[in-house]
Amino acid sequence: MHIEKTIVQFVEKVKPNIFLLKVLAKNISSKATAGQFCNIKVSETDFPLLRRPFSIHNIENESVYFLFDIHGEGTKILSNKKVGDKIDIIGPLGNGFNIDDNYETIFLVAGGIGVAPFPFLTKSLTNKKIITFYGARNKDYIYDKNLINVKYSTDDGSYGFHGNVIELLEKEIGKNDFHNIKIYGCGPTPMLKALQKFSLENKIDCELSVESAMACGFGICQGCPIETTDNSYKLICKDGPVFNSKEIIL
Amino acid sequence: MNIDLSVNIGSLKLKNPILLASGTVGYGNEISEFTDLSKIGAIVTKSISLKPRKGNPPQRIVETPSGMLNAIGLANVGLEAFVKEKIPFLEKLNATIICNIAASTLDEYVECVKILEYEKSIKAFEINVSCPNVKDGGLIFGNDINWVGKITEQVRKSTSKPIIIKLSPNVPNISDFAAVAKKEGADAVSAINTLVGTSFDIYTRKPKIKNITGGLSGPAIKPIALAKVLEIKRNVDIPIIGVGGIMNWKDVVEFMIVGATAIQIGTANFINPNVSNEIINDLYKFCSEQKIENISSLTGSFQI
Ligand SMILES: Cc1cc2nc3c(=O)[nH]c(=O)nc-3n(C[C@H](O)[C@H](O)[C@H](O)COP(=O)(O)OP(=O)(O)OC[C@H]3O[C@@H](n4cnc5c(N)ncnc54)[C@H](O)[C@@H]3O)c2cc1C
Ligand SMILES: Cc1cc2nc3c(=O)[nH]c(=O)nc-3n(C[C@H](O)[C@H](O)[C@H](O)COP(=O)(O)O)c2cc1C
Ligand code: FES
Repeated sequence: MHIEKTIVQFVEKVKPNIFLLKVLAKNISSKATAGQFCNIKVSETDFPLLRRPFSIHNIENESVYFLFDIHGEGTKILSNKKVGDKIDIIGPLGNGFNIDDNYETIFLVAGGIGVAPFPFLTKSLTNKKIITFYGARNKDYIYDKNLINVKYSTDDGSYGFHGNVIELLEKEIGKNDFHNIKIYGCGPTPMLKALQKFSLENKIDCELSVESAMACGFGICQGCPIETTDNSYKLICKDGPVFNSKEIIL
Repeated sequence: MNIDLSVNIGSLKLKNPILLASGTVGYGNEISEFTDLSKIGAIVTKSISLKPRKGNPPQRIVETPSGMLNAIGLANVGLEAFVKEKIPFLEKLNATIICNIAASTLDEYVECVKILEYEKSIKAFEINVSCPNVKDGGLIFGNDINWVGKITEQVRKSTSKPIIIKLSPNVPNISDFAAVAKKEGADAVSAINTLVGTSFDIYTRKPKIKNITGGLSGPAIKPIALAKVLEIKRNVDIPIIGVGGIMNWKDVVEFMIVGATAIQIGTANFINPNVSNEIINDLYKFCSEQKIENISSLTGSFQI
């Protein structure tokens, strides 16, 4: 964990509502693993007060990439950064995806901006057969650079399968004879819930990256609990944001 | 010039007036990766109760203009784990420990204090009678002057360590509460705990935090906290620890001028976990520029 004064290398509008931010961050880039996140101070003033959490989208040399959509005031400010601006970032935070060698086939399942951590994960999963299932509202919300073997779904049918990404997954898994699968999922909670159910029913090992409002991002405020199956709470920022799907109650 | 940042809170001597507020730094483990706890006046540990508490269900926090609401519900590891695991860690770091206690009955306060009395590294107790987010105890005690008196009296009988009563701002006359605390033997009061607030989603018409109401903290409450400190200062002769919305050294100086002997940093730790040490360095600079030899001379130096 570092508090790092990073320097903006670029902010680019890659889709009507989606931005890609690249910052120079020596310390964070050298420590990060796929699925970890950073807590970003979007302004130098006390407004907005709290940092904003974002997944690490990718790492390249000493740079860190973030992919984000405009949600409210904080993300709007972030999208207006200029090359050379300084941004105060804490990271890398949390526990990322567990990469283990027991699995041959990897399904990456993304819903909307939940695709953010997958380019870094794709890069980290060497020697695996990866299939990416990517669901979005419509084709304007799809940003698929640095993903491989992508199967698309859109809610309005404007691109790929017409329906949600779990329906797509169900359809595809019936078609093929996959072995030794592990699923990594990230997206809105209703989608993660459906994915959790899917993985339990099909007895597929599954890790989910979950979200919560956060104040600190590293375990001191107790603001981000998630209920676990053993009837206690874990902290999403410190114990997660990635959890085994069997461990949590969504 | 030799600058002396040390302050005395009753019999408790601290190397500087900067304390970390209860519930905003856990038990020090995580924040110690960002900041040197040995250099800070003291760390006030997360409210501890006799038995562990799970805390409230999510969502527990929400950002509000210049502040945040929290309804953590005193989630804590309980007294036993605190003694076994948390205190030794803080001792190793050479941190000055003030232990904050929250309880749901008078007996529980007394029992906690009696058990912790033997922990040498606990330099003082801060008694939380003002948590707005739990059903039993909390504000039921903090808003009732008789309870505050009784709790102070019983805790006083059970310990020889300094005791600090953490006051609720959700009352009309905070100085009356400070006066009772003093009368029953408290060494100091801290003011303020969070203010009760809420926030609703206009589309779903539901509260943004599950508990419906939460405690407001951050810069939004600073003017209120300052007014409460001033009110106590003008009415009761007791050391005051100012808390509420402190983000930087200027805020610290302002709190001291209106009457605080020391201050606590809460929400600001979430945004900059090293802010306390940065503030200490800035206070050195301010004191040398202003030729203030003893920072304690600022306390109550207001000109009205
Ligand atoms: C671990 C983690 C990783 C994330 N990764 C990404 C990412 O890679 N790309 C991306 O676009 N978004 C990501 N998010 C969501 C992102 O943090 C929010 O979109 C962002 O905080 C919204 O801020 P705002 O000021 O624009 O919105 P506002 O709605 O104005 O924010 C108000 C408050 O609510 C909080 N908040 C609002 N929405 C969310 C949310 N979905 N999750 C958590 N807090 C929220 C904000 O942090 C802020 O405190 C992630 C969230 C978490 C917890
Ligand atoms: C997330 C959170 C948890 C808190 N938990 C406690 C607690 O356990 N005990 C306590 O006495 N005060 C608790 N407080 C109150 C703070 O110690 C402090 O009084 C208050 O936040 C005002 O200071 P600030 O504006 O600097 O944060 C908590 C505050 C926050 C924001
Ligand atoms: S965000 Fe503070 S503990 Fe998780």
